[in-house]
Formats: sequence, structure tokens, C-alpha cells
Amino acid sequence: MREVAVAGVGYTPFTRASGRPVLDLACDAALAACTDAGLDPALVDGVGTHSVGQDSEPAQAVATALASPGLRWVVDLAMAGQAPCHLVGLAADAIATGRAEAVLVFRALNGRSGAKVGSARFPGRGGPYRYPIGYGAYPMYIATWANRHLHETGQTTDDLGAVAVAHRRYAVLNDRAVVRTPLDLAGHRASPWVAEPFRVADCTREVDGACALLVTTLERARDLRRPPAVVAAAAYRAGPRPGLDLGDHVLTDDYTRNFTDLVRDELFRRAGVTPADVDVAELYDCFSSVVLMSLEGLGLCDRGAAGELVRSGALPVNTHGGLLGEGYLHGMNTVAEAVLQVQGRGGVRQSARHDVVVATSGALMDGSALVLTRDR
Amino acid sequence: MNTPAPPEPDHDSGPFWVALDEERIVLQRCAGCDRLRFPPIGRCPWCREPRSTWTPVDGRGRVYSWTVVHHAFEPAFADDVPYVVATVDLDDGPRIALRCAGVPDFGTRVSPAFVRHDGWTELRVVPDA
Repeated sequence: MREVAVAGVGYTPFTRASGRPVLDLACDAALAACTDAGLDPALVDGVGTHSVGQDSEPAQAVATALASPGLRWVVDLAMAGQAPCHLVGLAADAIATGRAEAVLVFRALNGRSGAKVGSARFPGRGGPYRYPIGYGAYPMYIATWANRHLHETGQTTDDLGAVAVAHRRYAVLNDRAVVRTPLDLAGHRASPWVAEPFRVADCTREVDGACALLVTTLERARDLRRPPAVVAAAAYRAGPRPGLDLGDHVLTDDYTRNFTDLVRDELFRRAGVTPADVDVAELYDCFSSVVLMSLEGLGLCDRGAAGELVRSGALPVNTHGGLLGEGYLHGMNTVAEAVLQVQGRGGVRQSARHDVVVATSGALMDGSALVLTRDR
Repeated sequence: MNTPAPPEPDHDSGPFWVALDEERIVLQRCAGCDRLRFPPIGRCPWCREPRSTWTPVDGRGRVYSWTVVHHAFEPAFADDVPYVVATVDLDDGPRIALRCAGVPDFGTRVSPAFVRHDGWTELRVVPDA
């Protein structure tokens, strides 16, 4: 089995209205990732992406527009924020076993000017019971989990505020971020309710844009422009009865633990590290509560101590400002930031220690995670 | 009150919606493991048994969690905000998300209420006095 690394990342600007087709955004980000890595795009032999409903373009369209000479590997996942780490894991498996050499993984959408996922109706058999009664938007589902989680762990909306404030501090330092006005706890407390316990400041901002990663063998990555971000382990987990659709959560018993609780042991064991070794955490944060739940689920702190950890600043978390601050690229940008941190390219946001970075994708019943490490 | 888009009863959900029109609640009871389940589907998600029987339940239960919705994500609910959606653990077993009259607490006992819309009936819950 060959070792695998992420060799480069690419972004378009994140905007309120790109005025451009999604395919153009996808191609720009994909080419930017190739340029970042210093790899000829003609050498790409795999493309993977994910979409919700009809909000993106298939991998084959990007291969076509990038004049790919041919593909050996393609994946189009009908998944939302659970997908990015999973896609990198699938690409890594293909590369490790010799079924692909260089894979582009991307997310592209006009998520602000086009269809908004926050209020989208997901196909599936659970929706017909939610949509007619006004239980029809993703923030509501996660709010329901967050409410129970805060209750059982003895945390409060000020702990959500701690996440929002800490993330904003990083976002202010991030040119790519769409929300860069400073925020303190008083500002969080004054932010209008969306769906309790969430205020506007607890919610991600939907944006137009694209983000891509270039995944290849560690051996090849060592010859490219950037330091390799080694894929030490990737894992996906869902528990029993993960639901009939993206928003169907009534078959899950415990709203205080998300998929990170299930994925933790396998992820760290396969990466050969422990939670104590983690230098930076880039955690999917469509809403602030998911950071608390995921810090606890990954074992980066005790249950109920996540808000305290965030306030302490002892562990750099979401150094790009999170999806809360940088914008909602459905977590592909979360993984890209993990790559930048491992590579030591975080600029003013760079963590001093960056040997081991954990990233997650997903919020509730199911999701994926990744451990990236520095080379050698 | 606004009129939200009505449900579209199908093979799985038809008996549930028809019963609500008669102010009754029916759920599928698994012929294999005897569990009641929600949402209605063709197999038991605990034991994969396909056979089930529609069974009346009284709709009483306890609030597991809830959210107070302040932002109307759809115009149909603009006049309703703020409103509460609670996830209720029915005494008979399943968990179900329903509009709740008033802000509950964790574990609050609730009873069913049937709200008539144009062409369909919505199941809600009301906290017990």
C-alpha cells in the first residue's frame, strides 16, 4: 500500500453572488489546487465531488472542462457536509491501492445566490412529516440537538458564544472569510435568535464559491511545490438508524453525541496517534454547537468541557474562522484549512505546533473525519 | 393561520394521515419485534421485518428536546413565528417531531392536539397542565 498526501489546495473567492456558472467556479478551484501543488492538470486521473440536490456539477463535467485525457476514478456523492473527509479517504484508498495517481476533490456551488441548502427540502421519506408542520430547515434540527446537548452537559448559550467569538477572532485574520467584523460575548448575546439556542452569530453564512484539494502519493507529493500533508487516517461512521434522509433524526436516540463519538477510536488508532497528540482541530461547524459536540466526541476534552476548552484557547480550533466565519463551502474549506496548517502555510493564523491536525465533516448522525500529519 | 403545503400521502404514510383526519393516531407495529416505529416505512429499522400492523396510540409522551423557531424559513410560517417544535418520546415508544403549544421543559408531559388545515390534519402536542 502506498502512502498518500494532500499536495495542494485551491479556492475561488467566497462571495454573495459569483455571477458565474458553478462549473467555472469548480474548474478555477481545481486548477488552483494543481497550480498550488505544482502538478500538471493533465496528470489528474481521478475527480471526486459531492452535492445536495442539484446544487453542483458532476465530476465528469469538470474532467471535460479541464480537458482531462481520461479518468480512472470518479465519485459523485449525494451527501452534504458529511462528505469532504470521506471523499479524501476514498481518494486515498484508490491512490494507496494503485487505482489512481492524482485525484482532485472539490466542492463548488452558488450557495448564496442560488438554491440555499439551509432551507432546502431534502428528498427522502422523512421530509413529508417535517415540511408541512414548519420543521423544515436544517438549523432547526441541529438546534434541537444543541438544546439537549447543552442541557445534559451543563453548558449554556455562552458556551456557544465562546465558539462564535473564538472563530470570529480567526475570521478577522482571514482574507477569505466573509464575516470579519469583530465579535465579543456581548455581541453574541445581542445577536438575534434564529432557532433557539442559535442566534445569527451561531450560524454559518451561505456563500458562492469553490474549494478543491489535490490528493496524490506521498512519494509524488515530496517532489511537488508544497510540503505534503500526509493522510494518516480517514474514517466514516454512522450509528444504527441514521435516518431516512439528511434531516431525519427522530430514529436516533441520543442528541448529545454525534458521529465523532463513533469515529474517534478507529480514526486515531489507524492514524497511530491519540487525541492528546492533536495540535490543531478543524471541525465542521455549520452551527456553533457542532464544535462543542465534536470536541467532546473526538476526546479532545471531557464531556461538558468543550466551551471551557474553546475559551482557554489551549487548542487551536477552526483557524480559518470556521464555516461560521469563512463561509459555507460545506466543509471542503475546513479540510483545506487543515492542509494549510499541516503545511505551515496558515500565515498569521498558523498554529506553532502542527504535526497532527484532525478534521471532521458532518454534524449529526453520520460523518467522516481525517487525521493529517507532517511528513517525516 | 397560513396554509403550509399539505403532505402527500403515499403507500407508507397514507394510513397515518387518514387517521389524523379522524383525530386518531396510528403507527406501524412490527410483527417481528413488536416495536412501534416512526416514520412509517416498509421494514422495521430494528429487526428488518417487513410485516407490520397499523396500531392506535394515544399520542401522550414526554418532551426530549425542542427548538423555538424565530426565523420563518418559509413564507407560509411567517405569521406563526416564534413557534416551538418539540421532539416527543411517545409513551408507546417512538420519537416524533411535532409543533408544541408553548415552550416546554425537558421531560414535560404532553398530550395530542389535532389542528385542521385545508385538506389535512396536523398532529401537535400541548403541555399537560
